[in-house]
Amino acid sequence: MSIVQNFPFFSIILAMFSGIVSSVLSGKKARNLSIAMILAVFVLSLSTLAFCWGTGESYTYWMGHFPAPWGNEIRAGILEGVTASLFSLVMVLSVIGGMGHTEQDVEASKQNLFYIMVDLMLSSLLALIYTNDLFTAYVFVEINTIAGCGMIMIRQKGRSLSSAIRYMILSQLGSGLFLIGLSLLYGVTGHLLMSPAKEAVTAIEAAGAYQIPMLMIVAVISVGLAIKSGLYPFHYWIPDTYGYATPTASAILSGLVSKGYIFLLIKIFYRVLGQEHVIASQIVNVLFVFGLAGMVMGSVHAILQRDLRRMIAYSSVAQIGYIYMGIGLGTQAGMVAAVFHVFTHSITKALLFISAVGLYEASGDRKDYHSLRGSGYRARLAGIGFSVGALSMVGFPMLSGFISKLLFASSALQTPGKRLPTLIALAVSTVLNAVYFLRMVITIYSIPGKRTVKTGQTGADAADGTERQNAASDSGSTAGSRVRSTWNLRLAVLCLILLNLALGMFSQPVVRALEAGLEMFA
Amino acid sequence: MAQALLTNLHETAAVVLFGVGFTVLLLHRNLIKKIMGMNIMDTAVYLFLAAKGYINGRMVPIMTDGILDADAYINPVPSGLVLTGIVVSVSTTALMLALTIRLYERYGSLDLDEILMRLKEEEPS
Repeated sequence: MSIVQNFPFFSIILAMFSGIVSSVLSGKKARNLSIAMILAVFVLSLSTLAFCWGTGESYTYWMGHFPAPWGNEIRAGILEGVTASLFSLVMVLSVIGGMGHTEQDVEASKQNLFYIMVDLMLSSLLALIYTNDLFTAYVFVEINTIAGCGMIMIRQKGRSLSSAIRYMILSQLGSGLFLIGLSLLYGVTGHLLMSPAKEAVTAIEAAGAYQIPMLMIVAVISVGLAIKSGLYPFHYWIPDTYGYATPTASAILSGLVSKGYIFLLIKIFYRVLGQEHVIASQIVNVLFVFGLAGMVMGSVHAILQRDLRRMIAYSSVAQIGYIYMGIGLGTQAGMVAAVFHVFTHSITKALLFISAVGLYEASGDRKDYHSLRGSGYRARLAGIGFSVGALSMVGFPMLSGFISKLLFASSALQTPGKRLPTLIALAVSTVLNAVYFLRMVITIYSIPGKRTVKTGQTGADAADGTERQNAASDSGSTAGSRVRSTWNLRLAVLCLILLNLALGMFSQPVVRALEAGLEMFA
Repeated sequence: MAQALLTNLHETAAVVLFGVGFTVLLLHRNLIKKIMGMNIMDTAVYLFLAAKGYINGRMVPIMTDGILDADAYINPVPSGLVLTGIVVSVSTTALMLALTIRLYERYGSLDLDEILMRLKEEEPS
């Protein structure tokens, strides 16, 4: 057994221990520890990936050396390695990018608590990626929920508290469904480890026994995890949660947390229930329909928003819809597209949330469209970052969003029954995406001065007067000063832009890795 | 059908309780009652697991009188799961209660709709 094979376990335990140690550190030290730890996890995940790529197969790691039907297992393969590396990279960039705002938003005495939540979040995400045991997955789902809730409520504003409780309520509904599904599955198969459970499930399916319970299990687990990842009809906690948390938390929650649950769902489909049984049970069609609805409705809601961060949050609803649509296609190509979009979305959403910080910092901390006029000139790099993120979401060639859309469209072409609805929804959603993202890009690159002249000439009532004042102060700041964002923000935005470009331009190796990873996933 | 439900009386009761808890957590406006619903839901799952693990006429899985035969004892795994589940549900309940206290101190109400209404007045989005 090579030392590299221990790395998945090391990275989980490292993240968890940093959380524990952070409880006695000052805020600043906890932050540095957290950043160092996430970077270490990134390196560990990369070496796991390299190891699995070299051997060409996944391996199982026995916790405590109890062989298969007993004990607890970790399983690592190419897909796990890619996901873990990417998640830790996005996480460290979110932490670095939102550092300044975290200091402002969180009370000084509670700074270290925030980083404990970040550490625990990473450890639970890694555990969801690597674990091969259903009940362990449930426990880490709950840790994930609690850490997420902590990250939201640490900003002591009324809106954060209310969104935290709504997040908790919906998450508990999801976890409850997941737990009962798991118990039913245990009752039917007698196994909690994924691989033995799959053997039992296959035997049951072959014998044609327990048809209704099996259908219930698939339905309950899918719906439970769909609620937790914010699929369309269960999305109402998303805008407040992502819109009012501190930027690091928003980027992590929308970019990574919901993806962790999707990853777990895909893993359960492949490794426990068997993809072909899930497709036969028609549950994927339900996910497909809700995914399509989410793609369109999320975008429509995003158009109606007047606040930048709420707009980005609603766009997440649409993007989660894309991912579920890909899963719902029920083909290998659709699944590859869905997983690729998981990566695209985590990078792009983190980029959007972090560069949005730069934009509204340059506009006196106001997030409405009018105040943001011209902010792309005031904070250059943040403006470029936002434009890149927006274009990627719309599907501009060379950026990762384009590859996602291409993969979705080409996999839809291979799926006869679902071809037309998928292509129509893709087209409609792309147009709607373009409407709100390009409107925002045009807004941040339009000169606010024009309006001052106009209202000045007509002479106006009180409302116009205040508007004029705002515009005047804005134009003052555009003319004289470019607000230079802090180094950490610029670093994070730059890295995320490069990552986005890299994923867009060198997508072939990634797609091949995903195909190989899904192959060895089952 | 009725006979099947009657033989699996514990499981039936567990699923009914799960439904009750789920509905209360989803639909009730009072935060404390929501938390109660959550606890009912979780407890229903534990009842289900415990009932699944119990085998009629066998003993608790603690070694008694030196009997080493596994057939003398019930399945210990569900009991372990229930214990873990209880720990998880205690911590989420504590977190929800803490949040509820915060919201009550700030808005003087336990009604989620009323809290959201006041919030809209205080901090228009």
